[in-house]
Parts: sequence; C-alpha cells; structure tokens
Amino acid sequence: MFVEVRWHGRGGQGVVTASELLAGAALAEGKYLQAFPEFGPERMGAPIRAFTRISDGPIEIHSHVYTPDIVVVLDPTLLENPAITEGLSDEGKLIANFSGTPDEVRKITKFMGRIYTVDATRIAMETIGRPIANTCCVGALVKVTSLVGLEQVENQIRQMLEFKIGKKGADANVEALRRAYDEVRS
Amino acid sequence: MSEKKKMRATIPEEEYMFPGTVDCQGCGAAYAMRLALKALGPKTMVVIPACCWSIIAGPFPTSALKMPIYHTAFETAAAVASGVKAGLSIREKEATVLAWAGDGGTFDIGVQSLSAAAERNEDFIYVCYDNEAYMNTGIQRSSATPWGAWTTTTPRKHPKDRPKKNMMEIMAAHRIPYAASATVGHPEDFVRKLKKAREIRGTRFFHVLATCPTGWRSPPELMLEVPRLAVETCVFPLYEIDNGVYSISKKPKEKLPVTEYLKVQGRFRHLTDQQIQYIQEHVDETWELLLKKEKLGRLF
Amino acid sequence: MSTVKVITGNHAASFGARDSRAEVIAAYPITPQTQIVELLSEFCADGTLKAKFIKVESEHSAMAACIGASAAGVRAYTATSAHGLALMHEMLHWAANGRHPVVMANVNRAMGPPWSIWTDQNDSLAQRDTGWLQFYCESNQEVYDTTMIAFKACEQVLLPGMLVLDAFILSHTYEPVEMPDQELIDEFLPPFDPPYKMDLDDARAFGALTTPEWYMELRYLIQEAHEKALVTVREVEKEFGETFGRYYGTLELYRCDDAEEVILIAGSTASTAKDAVDIMRKGGRKIGLARIKLFRPFPNEEIRDIASRVNKMIVIDRNVSFGNQGIFFNEIKASLYSAKNRPPVYGFVAGLGGRDMKIDDITGIVEQADTCDIEEILWWGVKL
Ligand SMILES: Cc1ncc(C[n+]2csc(CCOP(=O)(O)OP(=O)(O)O)c2C)c(N)n1
Ligand code: SF4
Ligand SMILES: [Mg+2]
Repeated sequence: MFVEVRWHGRGGQGVVTASELLAGAALAEGKYLQAFPEFGPERMGAPIRAFTRISDGPIEIHSHVYTPDIVVVLDPTLLENPAITEGLSDEGKLIANFSGTPDEVRKITKFMGRIYTVDATRIAMETIGRPIANTCCVGALVKVTSLVGLEQVENQIRQMLEFKIGKKGADANVEALRRAYDEVRS
Repeated sequence: MSEKKKMRATIPEEEYMFPGTVDCQGCGAAYAMRLALKALGPKTMVVIPACCWSIIAGPFPTSALKMPIYHTAFETAAAVASGVKAGLSIREKEATVLAWAGDGGTFDIGVQSLSAAAERNEDFIYVCYDNEAYMNTGIQRSSATPWGAWTTTTPRKHPKDRPKKNMMEIMAAHRIPYAASATVGHPEDFVRKLKKAREIRGTRFFHVLATCPTGWRSPPELMLEVPRLAVETCVFPLYEIDNGVYSISKKPKEKLPVTEYLKVQGRFRHLTDQQIQYIQEHVDETWELLLKKEKLGRLF
Repeated sequence: MSTVKVITGNHAASFGARDSRAEVIAAYPITPQTQIVELLSEFCADGTLKAKFIKVESEHSAMAACIGASAAGVRAYTATSAHGLALMHEMLHWAANGRHPVVMANVNRAMGPPWSIWTDQNDSLAQRDTGWLQFYCESNQEVYDTTMIAFKACEQVLLPGMLVLDAFILSHTYEPVEMPDQELIDEFLPPFDPPYKMDLDDARAFGALTTPEWYMELRYLIQEAHEKALVTVREVEKEFGETFGRYYGTLELYRCDDAEEVILIAGSTASTAKDAVDIMRKGGRKIGLARIKLFRPFPNEEIRDIASRVNKMIVIDRNVSFGNQGIFFNEIKASLYSAKNRPPVYGFVAGLGGRDMKIDDITGIVEQADTCDIEEILWWGVKL
C-alpha cells in the first residue's frame, strides 16, 4: 500500500490538523507516513492544501504530491476550483464537505471517479459548536478508505486535542468524527 | 448630507492600490497603505522591508501598487530610503520617499538604521504600521507588543511582561521635524497628518496602529472599531510632535476604561482583573504625562 | 522507554535542543524556521526546559548572545534561516574564531531578492569559510539526532556547528521521530564543561588584539581542530549508533557496493534520489548514491574512495557559486585532483528557490549526463 491524500481548505480551517490526525493514526497502526502543508505563505481565508502519504514500507520520497489517490475538500466553496481534481485519476476518490448529494458534486467538479459527501459543517455546528469541518472530514475519509481504524483516530484526537482544548472539546470532536463516519453518503 | 460630503472630501478619491490583495480579512495594514497613498499622491516611491506587506504587495509578476516599490531586507528600510532619496536628488527628481515598515522592522531589527537616518535628518516619510507583533512569521512578540498580550513566543501562561517600547518618544529624542501617531480607525486624521508631513522636509515619522484580526484575535469586522477603542481608552493616544511642540489630536470626551479595548481581542483573554488594573494604571500615567507635555509648549 | 511522535522537522530541531539540555537559547523568528523558536519558548515558559530564552531583536544579536553565553560557560543554541543567517555572518566568524561550540539549526532557504521562502542551499554554503561544522540532514529523525551529535562533537573540538534542514520539505513536513530516554541521552551527552570560560577565579581576556606574530597560529589551531573534527564526528556518530541504533556517517553510501556510477547530493533531495536510484537499478543501471552529510570538515578521503570505485560521478547542487559552478561540484572536484583514480564528474545546478525535485528530475539528470559535455555548466530545468 502507498496512498497519497490531498486536502483542500482555507487557512484557519484546520487543514493541516486533519492531515496530521490521519498521520498520527497511521503511525499508531505501525504504518509509515508523511504529512505536509502547502509550501507557502498562508493568509487566513486563502485556499490552502495539505498532503498525507501512508505506506506499508518506509517512505523515502520528499517531493510534492502530484497524483493523489484521494482528495478531501473541507470547504464547499472550493469545489468549483479546477485545482480540486488536478492529478486525480478516475480511479481516485473525492470526498467533499457538502450538504447535497455526490451527483451534485459531480456536476460542479465534472469528476468521473467515485464521489462521497458529508455535511461536515452542519455536523460540526451540532457537535463542536463551530463550523470546523476537519475532524468530520477525517471521519468520512476513514469510512470510505479504511486507511486507518476509527478508534485509532479517536485516540489521536484525544492525544492531540485534550491538551490543547480540554476534554470536553476533544469529546465533541470525537462525536463529530463518529457522526461523519456514519453519515457519509456515496 | 452636506456634513457627509465634507467628510468624504478630506480623503482623496484616487486609488493607487489595486483591489484583490492577499491580506487577511479586516487587515488594517492593507487599509493603512491605501490611505497613505491617497494622501501622498502619485509622486511617491515606496520602500518595504520584510513584513506582511512583502506579501500583500503581491507576488511576481504582479504588484498591488501603482507606484515604484523597492522590497528590501528586514533591517534596512531607513537606510535604503536614504539611498533612494540621495539617488533621486542627484538625478534631480522630485518624489516623496515613503519607507513602510512593520513594528518589528521599526522597533526591533530596524531601529539602528532608523535612528541613524533620523539623526542625519534624512528626507523621507517613515511609516511604521504597528500591529504589535511579527505577523508575517505568525505572531511572535516584538518590542511593540503591549504588556500582558499573548503571542506565540509569549504564551498565555507567561504573557509579555514588559511594556511596549515608546517609539514616538525615541523618535522625538532625535529632534526630527515631525512625528505623529495615527490609527486606521481615524482615516481623516491620518490623511490630514500625511498631507501636512508631505510638505515638510527632513525625517517625518508616523506611528500607525493597524488592526490585525489574525494576530489580535479580534473579529475582522471590527477593523475600524478596535483602534478607535484604543484611542477612546487612551491606550493609544493620537498626537503630533511638530517641531518640538506636542499637540494631542483627539481627547476623548469621556475616557473609557481599558477593558473596553482589551475585551474585544482574544490576545488579552487570559488577563486577570488585577492585571487589567495594572494596565489601566500604566495607561493613566502615560496619558497624564502626555497632557503635561502638551501644556509645556515647545520642547525642542 | 523511547517515544515516537509525528512532528515537523522544525519541532524535531526544538525537541533536539530540549533533549540536549541547551541552557541559553537566543533566537529570532524567520520563515520557515519560526516553529523552532515558538516551541522552544513554550518549553522554556512551561519549565519543560530549564533554559534562559533571550528574545533578541535580530539574528546578529541572537548569535552574539549565544557567544556570550558560551563564553560564560554554558551550552547555547539558536536557529535561523537565509537572511537571518546572512545577518549573523560577522558573528559566525566570531563564534568559530572564538572557539565557542554553539549549535544552530539553519533551515535552508533561498536568498532574496526576490523574496523567496523556499529551499535552496546558498544561504548555508555561503558560510563555508566561517569555521563552522556543517551537517546536512535528510529526515526529521536525523535533525533530532544530529542536534545531540553536533553538541557532543562540537564541544570536544571547541568549534560551532550548524545542522541544516530543507525549508518546508523537512521544516514543515510531519514524520515520525523517535526520542530516546532522557537518561540515555544524558549519558551520551554530559554537561558542557569548557576548558576556558569567563571566570573571576581565572581571569582571562578573550579575543584581544593579536599581531601578525601570533594570529596565524590561532588560525592553524582552528584548521587542526577541523581535521580532528572529522575523526571526532565519526566517533560520535558511531557511539550514537551503538547507543540509539541509528547510524548516519559523514558520507552516506546507498547501493554503492557494485555501482559503476554514483550521484552525489546533500539534504532531503537525497531521499527522493534514493527512490530514483532504485528505479534506475530496476532498469539495469548500476547506479548508487553518496549523500554528503558533513560538508565542513569535508570528507575528502571518503569522496576519493568512492571515486576510485566508479566510472562516473554526477553531482546535484541546489546552489550555485555565481561565476563558477555548483558548490558541492567544485568541492568534490577539488578533492579528486590529488586522487589517482579520477572518473569524469558532471555537475548540475537544480531545484533553486524550492523548485520541486521529483524522481523524474533525478533520472532525467542522470540520462542527460550520458550525453552531455563535461565542460558544460548544466542548469537543470531552466525555462529560459
Ligand atoms: C534578517 C531577517 N530576519 C528575519 C526575517 C523574517 N521576518 C520577515 S517579516 C518578519 C516579521 C515582521 O514583523 P513586523 O515588522 O512587525 O511586520 P508584520 O509582519 O507584523 O507586518 C520577520 C521576523 C527576515 N526577513 N530577515
Ligand atoms: S497577519 Fe495581520 S497584518 Fe498580516 S495580512 Fe493578516 S491581518 Fe494583515
Ligand atoms: Mg508587526
């Protein structure tokens, strides 16, 4: 297994945290990984990307990701941007934070591969109380790809977030993760 | 209606900055430049050291400004501006040279070259847009960061434990012809002072409080409001030092308590009542001192 | 028990400094090094690291403060990048000539103008003649490990050391990093105890005017220390490997045993090039890779040794000495001049200012070296 994931979002939406979460969970499962943000000056609100590589064997490569296997879009307003599907082949998967159906996303993106949607912003509002879609998108990704186990991600959230935002905040994020896992549509 | 018209007339309508710059929403630094260029007009050349404006000015091959820009090293704004002005005068070209630096580039790494240029009384306008931290590198403290504020290098458990450096006083100590404070929340005042400064020769220094929603953790829509509160609470007094004469541009009718200013910004969220009291006392003292100075008439 | 954390190269540097028990840190933020400073200031604030953090107003002062601390007899650390390093230049000489084993992380970043924040080796290589040891790292783990290796080696030879990591490709990339038990680290790296320091009971003047009568001797001692450093670094690396199970070496050889040609390269591009070597080997080329870990002192003998075993060397430089050639290319050719067996050496300037170096670029360079003129200065991928 050698999988490359590309994350799209805006500065301040937790895009890098999402890639880090996935990486942490992969490590806990004994996999090899690498995660990195867009290489550049980011400003709040500007479109940014992040990348995760997961593999069974050691990862040597240190160049950018050009042909991702999976693309995750955290911000629905970015779907119209052609950069979303760049390098993504029809065998690839597109996971979008979007309140509508995968078919609607297909119309917007013209992407012919498999599409999944999850209403991450709503779930985040209902669980975390803020429109932070990153943990939800990880939940959807886990369901769709089985790259890592859901429990591993839960542990990871607790490890990373409990210290930053307290137990209550971490619990809310775990709930968001689980709900997104259950509610993702294909 | 007529009142409104009058107000608009003080700010020139010409635009010298293109829309669509890549600053954050509600960036005071971007607005400050827009105003400054309106006030100074097309015969202006801009020198920008490393700061958020290195990015806002646009990546190659674009430019956010209609005038020439020289991007320079972080510590060199005043020295490069001195050189540009010297070169222009040899070529017998008239232009206002505007050095445009952040607080880091002014209070910290650039203070040596600025002090030297001011002592030589170099003929340029130096604007320090002060967002009270190194924002371009992601919110680290500078010597302009106020006492008690959070930054990434002054964590909440150990916020900044020294007061903000008083740059206006430092510049005044060089006995330059003109120094003024301004904020992006008071555009007319800022534009008026710049227009006045444009007609003066020698080193003219501006200290401009420029809202940074990203670093201050303040709502972007309060871009104008936050610096107004800074003035209404006397945290950041608006004044000029014109040939040694202090004059306060705006005296709040009713001085607001500092909490009004602090509470709209997440960077002060952790402060205890006692700490806020300390800030209040410091602000009161500094304000009283300024009032006294104004009364003294010409000081140099 | 050692722990494994997924962290960026920058944080690997901060943890490295923490676990090396740096005592005074003086640093100034600059993209893409900033997170090193931020995490260290957190460590100092929450007491995880009992060090004094001096929040200076410039890099020149950062290095000067580290020198002061080192003169006062404690372990000093800083980190910077590109323009910050350039601003330090005067004090880099001061640190080395004053024999202060300060350790610094430098994040390789391109020099302006135009402004660029992406990787490029010109910033650190321009400091070649300041007397600093220079270690080029390939992974975050190596950044962490090399911090301790550098402190230990530098303190033995009384010279400062710079460990170098690529902007973003390492500085901002999360990779797993294993951090050993502090006790083991403390055994490996005992407290700093310099033979000379500012001391009331042993009053000395440091750096006083020295006439032509003695100046040259002091420089000779630095040269001697560098020659010793080559041996010391190898010994320290070996001890590190025996203690923690990770070996790097001063010139790391990858699939070189039966190689007929070899790529020479430094920094994180080496790892992408290793993948390229694997691919080219599958295609039948007997190719290997030599990664330059230590640039100062330069591992001349090892370079000559690998040269004696291959028919062709291809040097990839993410830097250039304007008016001449790639800097590693020059250095390697200089070390081969006295060698009996000198294969042709091809030099490529590539990946400046963060231009991405993909597997295809490496294989492309190797293919071009098959047909190109050895006298040519080859710029890879220039659009002009
Ligand atoms: C010699 C040097 N050191 C550090 C930097 C990195 N750097 C670029 S901008 C900046 C902070 C600028 O702060 P300030 O002047 O307050 O402007 P702001 O970004 O807040 O607008 C720093 C530290 C640099 N470019 N050059
Ligand atoms: S960080 Fe602050 S100063 Fe910089 S662009 Fe954003 S709002 Fe403006
Ligand atoms: Mg600033």
